This record gives sequence, structure tokens and C-alpha cells, in this order.
Amino acid sequence: MKKLRFNRSQLCIPYAVFLILFVIAPLVVILYYAFTNGEGQFTFKNFASFFSSTNTLGTLLESFALAIVTTIVCLLIAYPTAYILARSNFKKKYVLLLLFILPMWINFTLRITALKEVLSVIEGNISKYQFLNSVIGMTYDFLPFMILPLYTSLLKLDKSLLEAASDLGASKFTVFLRVTLPLSVPGIISGMTMVLLPSMTNYVVLDMLHNSTFIMGSLIGSYFNAYDWNNGSLISIVLLVIIFIVTLVTNRFSDEDSNSRGAVL
Amino acid sequence: MKKVWHICWLALILLFIYVPVLVLAVYSFTDASMVGGNISGFSFENYLNLFKNEDLRSMIFGTLLLAVVCAVIATALATLGAIGSFYSKKLPKTLLHNANQIPVVNADIVTGFSICILLIVILRVNKDTYIPLGLGHVVLCAPFVYLSILPKLKQMDNSLYEAALDLGATPAQALFKVVIPQLIPGILSGFMLAVTLSLDDYFITTYTKPSAFDTISTYVVNATKGSQTEIKTALWALSTLIFLIVVVIVVLMNVLSGRKKEARK
Amino acid sequence: MSKSENIIELIDVKKVYDGDTVAVEKFNLQVKKGEFVTFLGPSGCGKTTTLRMIAGFELPTSGQILLNGEDISNLPPNKRPVNTVFQKYALFPHLNVYENIAFGLRLKKVEATFRNDAGDTYTKKIKLTKGEIDKKVKKALEIVDLEGFEKRSVSTLSGGQQQRIAIARAIVNEPEILLLDEPLGALDLKMRKEMQIELKNMHKRLGITFIYVTHDQEEALTMSDKIVVINDGDIQQIGTPTEIYNEPVNTFVADFIGESNIFNGTVVGKLKVKFCGATFDCLDDYEINQLVDVVVRPEDIKICPVGEGQLKGKVISSVFKGVHYEITVGIGKFEITIQSTQNAPVGGNIGMRIEPDGIHLMQKVYTVNKYDGVITRTNAVQFGDGEFECDVTQLYKGSHLDEEGYLITAQGEKIDLSGVAVNVEVDTHDILMTDEKEKGGAQGNIISMIYKGDHYRYIVRTEENEEDYVLSCPDLWNTGDLVGIIIPKDKIKLSLKPVEGDNVK
Repeated sequence: MKKLRFNRSQLCIPYAVFLILFVIAPLVVILYYAFTNGEGQFTFKNFASFFSSTNTLGTLLESFALAIVTTIVCLLIAYPTAYILARSNFKKKYVLLLLFILPMWINFTLRITALKEVLSVIEGNISKYQFLNSVIGMTYDFLPFMILPLYTSLLKLDKSLLEAASDLGASKFTVFLRVTLPLSVPGIISGMTMVLLPSMTNYVVLDMLHNSTFIMGSLIGSYFNAYDWNNGSLISIVLLVIIFIVTLVTNRFSDEDSNSRGAVL
Repeated sequence: MKKVWHICWLALILLFIYVPVLVLAVYSFTDASMVGGNISGFSFENYLNLFKNEDLRSMIFGTLLLAVVCAVIATALATLGAIGSFYSKKLPKTLLHNANQIPVVNADIVTGFSICILLIVILRVNKDTYIPLGLGHVVLCAPFVYLSILPKLKQMDNSLYEAALDLGATPAQALFKVVIPQLIPGILSGFMLAVTLSLDDYFITTYTKPSAFDTISTYVVNATKGSQTEIKTALWALSTLIFLIVVVIVVLMNVLSGRKKEARK
Repeated sequence: MSKSENIIELIDVKKVYDGDTVAVEKFNLQVKKGEFVTFLGPSGCGKTTTLRMIAGFELPTSGQILLNGEDISNLPPNKRPVNTVFQKYALFPHLNVYENIAFGLRLKKVEATFRNDAGDTYTKKIKLTKGEIDKKVKKALEIVDLEGFEKRSVSTLSGGQQQRIAIARAIVNEPEILLLDEPLGALDLKMRKEMQIELKNMHKRLGITFIYVTHDQEEALTMSDKIVVINDGDIQQIGTPTEIYNEPVNTFVADFIGESNIFNGTVVGKLKVKFCGATFDCLDDYEINQLVDVVVRPEDIKICPVGEGQLKGKVISSVFKGVHYEITVGIGKFEITIQSTQNAPVGGNIGMRIEPDGIHLMQKVYTVNKYDGVITRTNAVQFGDGEFECDVTQLYKGSHLDEEGYLITAQGEKIDLSGVAVNVEVDTHDILMTDEKEKGGAQGNIISMIYKGDHYRYIVRTEENEEDYVLSCPDLWNTGDLVGIIIPKDKIKLSLKPVEGDNVK
């Protein structure tokens, strides 16, 4: 006749129910929609037409191209920045870092508005350099997400490792190449995922810059506007698969505390 | 010499980050109708418009209200969820962790679209009830709150809860008087994160919002496509205002945390 | 024993985790009001689990815990008049010293008698007033000597001060029993000694029952009225510090409390025992020819000129320890440790004398290992998480095996032995350990070792079902080593289990 005792683990029931209803169930639903047609009959047609249409395949390739270029540009800008910040002897490094990530808290649509105004002054007609401007826009939006994890992983780097390396005869360049760089891989990976995935889907940036969009996210947008839930779901599933693969790959490198957006505050 | 290069690089990046925002800020105080256009004089007109225009005012107020309400709900749910899962057995714990991770790694657009399909298309919940919008934002925020509380739970001395029971507290009292106070820093930063995520969101909002309702993000995107100069320049003022508020908050938080550290010494 | 005398009583308390890990087994204990009782044992022996069951953090799997004669086994911790001082203090970091101590008082409700307008009296549970709380907190701080610390944040306090606050926070609730879970473990040596004396004084002043958990035998001897020595979830001995030290009931207690020389001995006459190649007078009465463990404390061995005393040997080493010298002497193949204020030159020969009251005999706990076994198809035997080759013909007198492996009895009967349950006995000297784990019939970790003058006694425990092998071995191994167990074929003694039907009443 054991008395029923209050069990702390029961506290998670509401949240678990919430996640099942509004995170897992919606995904199950779009999976169903992706493989049915408007009448609810099972079909591979959405799937087949996605991979046979030059329009959709082109979009997929183009969004890959844009995402990869954006990620590389972000990395090239962010790595030296994070490196200098983490290495500086400045007493309040954190304040300096805040300067770089502070714009993140301004609504991104307002920031892109500002960027667009400045770009049109500089370039005259911004529609001339569409791809370039897209990369600039995405970089402008996502740069802080790259700097932050890089900074965290470089800051954690044990200084005595670097001293040990140079003590063993490594030149400064070798120290960087053989010690610093490999040890900052978790930061690089987590920064890259945080830029890669949004730049495949955040079509609003492009929409605002040149009123037209050409990435995966925009496909969902246009199907949504056309009330085509089935094809919209299929695109979502394709994106989910890409995300799943990227997560699987990166999970092997990531370490716990450079976790995504959560690290900001 | 090296130092100079470092400073030059940092300055260059800061320029890239801040020029658009600052240019917009300068123009927001003038009567110019476009950046680079003629400035005939200094003016507060844009700021006055921000408060005079009924549309703008209710949009800003609505965005803030949505963010705060959703952040409160998300924080409550996720706090209980985190506490519960922390004390759960391994299997439910892992399951909850993984379910929680889905919205974190998933593209916002897929999250938004899938919730839209489930709630609006299948369950036929009326968009105008704000229920899909609210749920969508809670789905977006809660996982991050959960993630920011978990480390605090791990740091907490496990016997604190038992000590409270030992001193005569009921499990509920022990939870509210001892466990939750230990988590306050995590809960607060989770809440702040939730607010910023909700404020910044575009995709979940577009797919779930009532047609007559706009948040800053959706409003700005529509406005850039429109041709109303008055609204456009008022948004410059909004951007500047948000920038200033963010700066003030960051400075305040730094001063406060600095003081706390002093006090500890 | 009258009920009012025992404040707390544990009856057959057992705790099993996850269905199969036994933490505490058949725990029976009575504690009198006002006693200072210490649970002493190595880490993982179940002493903390027992304490947590008394506090209410764990529920016993079976058995009863009585407080003043009432069963409280299933009462939650907040309903028990028992308070705990935690190992790492568990002070609430978000509250200051005052609020920490007042925590329990603020939750407490006491019965108060009121008189209503009609003049009738009635009782109601009310909270303590601010003034009452204030007074109690002040007094508790006085008891732990930290007056004026009310407003301090707990994180600014030193380890010793935090310890005192933890004690104040517990005693302010006026518990009937104070439980202390290795409360001094985190302090440095000097601080620990001071707190030991202070705790002892506090116990005298408060007059409440203390139950104290420690693995430090010196601490236990210094502070307790009664020591409960625990090993492997079992009570080994209950007694006063003097009893425990002077009259340990088995070699575990002797080895754990203080330093001791432990030898295998044989009783050779009335109150006479033989060990280390000499015969001694002793005070413990055992049957003649019985094998016993002999425990001699190092300080009970007196150095004397060669020729006097019962023993003589050669000094192997001598280390100065401040008050005394610790001298190791070789007597033939035995080694013996002596503590003496007088030094002896290394390499020199000395005589040694042991008075009868310095010799403690105890029944051998382990002489043979007994297991339940099953014969396999290959006529080997399975027991103790392993499989060993054996001679099955010993089960039936005069029997032999035929070519197919069937047993042919003396009467010519053919028996298939596979699956037959047997009793297995193996002598402690007949078990060998090997580094090559695969070679052994079973594998396990060394969980205990005791030096016995010329050899070590080891206990090897298997992982799967926690079967123990007790064995003697002259070589030094380390506890924790994973070893293989080898038993020569002819050393395994088998006997048939009585057929079940025979036992039916």
C-alpha cells in the first residue's frame, strides 16, 4: 500500500504533450500531405514532379549555391574577427563582442531595409547584381550567428596548448594550422550550420532586396499562396531531409555549449 | 604593426555592420524621402508619425503583446518541462530532449508551414482567433527556454531539494521556494531569448496570423513593396528607436552584472 | 525493552535498487533517546542509504522504521521530526544566513489554544510569529557560535562556517533526531578535529539523538556512544567504541578499525592458541583444534630482549611516526607490525611478547566457499557465474564415466548427469587468481583484501550475479583488479542436493 508520492518527473507531462501535439503531429501531417494529392489519395506524383521539373530542381541548386557561398563568405569574415576578439588583451572582451552581435536584436526586416537603402545609393540600380546582393544581404543578416560560436570555441582554447606547440618548435603559422584551427572545428561547424540552413530558406531577405525570390523557402511561400498544401509539404519534407542530414553530420563535431541561438544570451 | 591591422579589420567589419543602421538613423531625423535624396532640414516628423499613425501604433503594440504573452507561456511550459525531464528516467529524458531539439534545428519556415497545415487546413481553427499564431510562437520559443534552463539544473546541488523537504517543506513548496529560485538566471535569460525570437520572427507569423494582423516583420515586408513614403520613412524611425533601446538594454545589463561581480568581491 | 526507551528502531529494513542491487540487507538497530550513534563503513557499504531511509528520502523495499514506536516507513521527509545535515551542506544559495536558518521555522505550524467570544477554547494550527522565529534563529546562531552573521550571503562563508550554518538550520527545528551525513568530509584536517569536539559538545548540550555517518574510523571512535560497523549492506558489529576496538567480532571490523595484525591460528588447548609458529595464552575460549583468525593490535606487541617473550624476529624496517615508531618485523615467513615508543635497529634481532589480553580470537568467517551448482552436458559444473571442470564421479561412490560421458554407478546403473543440481564446496586455499581473465572459469573484481601475516585474504566478486570467491594468496594484488578464477579439477567438492520430495513435511 505504497502511498502515491509526488514525483518531480511528472512535471514534464504538459510540455511533452505540447511537443507531441504541436511539433511532432504537424510533421506527421506534412509527411502525409507530401505523399497524397488534393483528393487525399496516396501518390508519388508530387515527389516525381519535384525531381523532374527544371524549375524546382533549378531552385534547389540555386539555393544550394547561394547558401554555400554565403556560408563561406560569413566564415571568411567571421573567423579573423572572432580570432582577434578572443585573443585581444582588452579587459572587457565581452563588450567588444557585444558590439558585433548587437544588431542581431534589431528586427531583421528593418536591418535589410537599411541595407537595401544603402546598397541602392552605392550601386545605383541594385537589380544589376542580384546574386552578389543576395549574398551581401544574407551575410548581413547571419554574420553574428557565425561570429558567436567561433568566438566561444576560440575563447575556450587552452593557451598552454599553443605555448606547448611553439615550445616544441612550431612556427606561428604552424601553431595556427595544426593546433588552433583543428581545435576550433566545433565552432566552425556549428557556425556553418547556423548560416547554411537559414540561407536556404530565408527568402524574405531576397524578396525585400529585389522583389523576387529563387530559393527553397520561396517555393513553400508560393505554394502556400496558391493553397497547394501537398506540394508545399513536399518541399518542407525535402528541406527536413536536408536538415536531418546536416544535423547528423554536424552532431559528430558539435560540443554542447556552442548550441545555436541559445548561446546569445 | 600587427595590432594596427587587427584594429583596421575589426573597424571594417563594424563599418559593414553599422553603416546601414546608422545611415538610416541619420535620415530618420530629416525630411528626406529616400536615402541619398535631398535633405532640406532636420525633422521629428517620422517619429511623430510612428505614434500618430493608428496602423503603425497598433502593429507595434500587437507585436510586443504577442511576444510577451508567448514568452510567458513558453517559459512556464519549458521550465516545468526542463525540471521534469531532468528528474526523469533515461528513456523519457532522451525522447523529450530530441523532441525539443526538432524546432531548434528545423527551419522556421517548415515549422510555420506544418503548424499552419495541422491547425488551419486540417483542424480548421479560425486564424482570427490568434490561436494558431500564439501556438506557433510558443513552439518557436519554448525549446530555447528549455535549453537555457537545463544547464542550471545540472549545476544545482541535488541535495537542496531534499534539504527543503527535510526542513518541512512539501514537494510543491520545495519546488517553488528552493528549486525554481536556483533556476532564475536560466529562466530569465530563456524568457529574454523567447521575447527576441518572437519579435524577430517572420515565417511562423506569415503562415499563422489573422489576415488583418501584422507584426513588425510582416508589416515591414509589405511596406517595402508598397509605395507609401510616409510609412517607409516612419519605419526608419522605428529601426532607429529599436536600435537605441537595444543599446540601452545592453549597456544597462552590463553595468548591472558588473556591479553584481563587484558586490561579490 | 520498553518502547519509550528506543527513539528509533529499524526492523529488518532492506533496500534494493533497480530490482537487483541490494544496498542494505536485513538492517536491525535500536537507538536510545539521546544517544550518539555512528554508522561506520567503507564507501558504498549502505550507511548513507540507511540514513536516507531514516530521513525519508528513500523508502525501504521491505521492513519497518519505527519512531517512538510508530511506523514511519512511508512518511515523506517533510512529515518526519528528523533533520539532516548534508554532506555538502546544501545551504540555499539564494537565501542569506538568517533566511536559511528560518526556512524550516517559516513552514512550521504549531497548535495554539484560543478562546472565542463565547468563552470556549479551541485549538488551531498557526504559523510562528516573526518574533518567535527571530528568537529561535538568534539562539541557533549562538549555539554554533556565529552571532551577527544573519545578513551574510552563504557564498561568502568559509567551509567551516557553512558547516555550522547547516547544523544551525537543522537544530533550530528542534528535531528529535539529527542525522549527519559525513558532515566533516569537506573540511581540512585541523578544522575537522575542532568540529568533532564541537559537535560532541553540542550533542551533550542539546540532549537530542545524533545519527552520524562516516567512513573515518578515528572520527567514529572519538565521537560516538555507539558504533554500527557496516559492510556490504550488513551490520558487522554494534558496540561502544571500546568494545569495537578491543573486541572486534571479525577480521573485517578488526582490519577496518585501527591497525591490526591478522593471522590464521589454531586452538591447541584450553585458552591456548598457536600462530606465527608459537603458542600463546589467550582469553577467548574456543574448542580445541578449531581454526580461528587471530587479531593483534600493533601497540599490544612489546619489544623485549631476544630469548624473552614468545616470538623472535628480524627488524625489516622502522619508520618514525611522531609519537611512536612503526616497526615491521620478519618472523620466518610471517610479517608483523609493531608500534612502539622504543626504536629497534633495522637488521637486528628482537624478541616480542604478547600478553593474553592483547590476543583476540575470532571465528573464521570464510573457510570454504559454498555455491549452488548445476552439472553441464560436458560433465563440468556451473556455479558462481562461471563454469569449471570437475570430477563428477565423486557424486556416486565407486562410479566411473563411460565413453559417451554417462556416469556408470558401482551398481552398473547409467545416469545422465546434465542439469543435475549439486552443492559445491571449494576451500579458500584452492582458488587461484590469474591475470589472463579468459583462462579462468569465472571472472570478477577484487573487492576486499586483508593482510594476514604471511598471505592475503581476497574476496573476488563477479559482475553478473555478484557471486563471491574468498581465497588466500601470498602475492599482492590490488583491490579493483579484474581477475580470472582458476580452481583445479580435483579441489572442487561436489555433493548431490537432497531431492525436493525429501524435504516435504
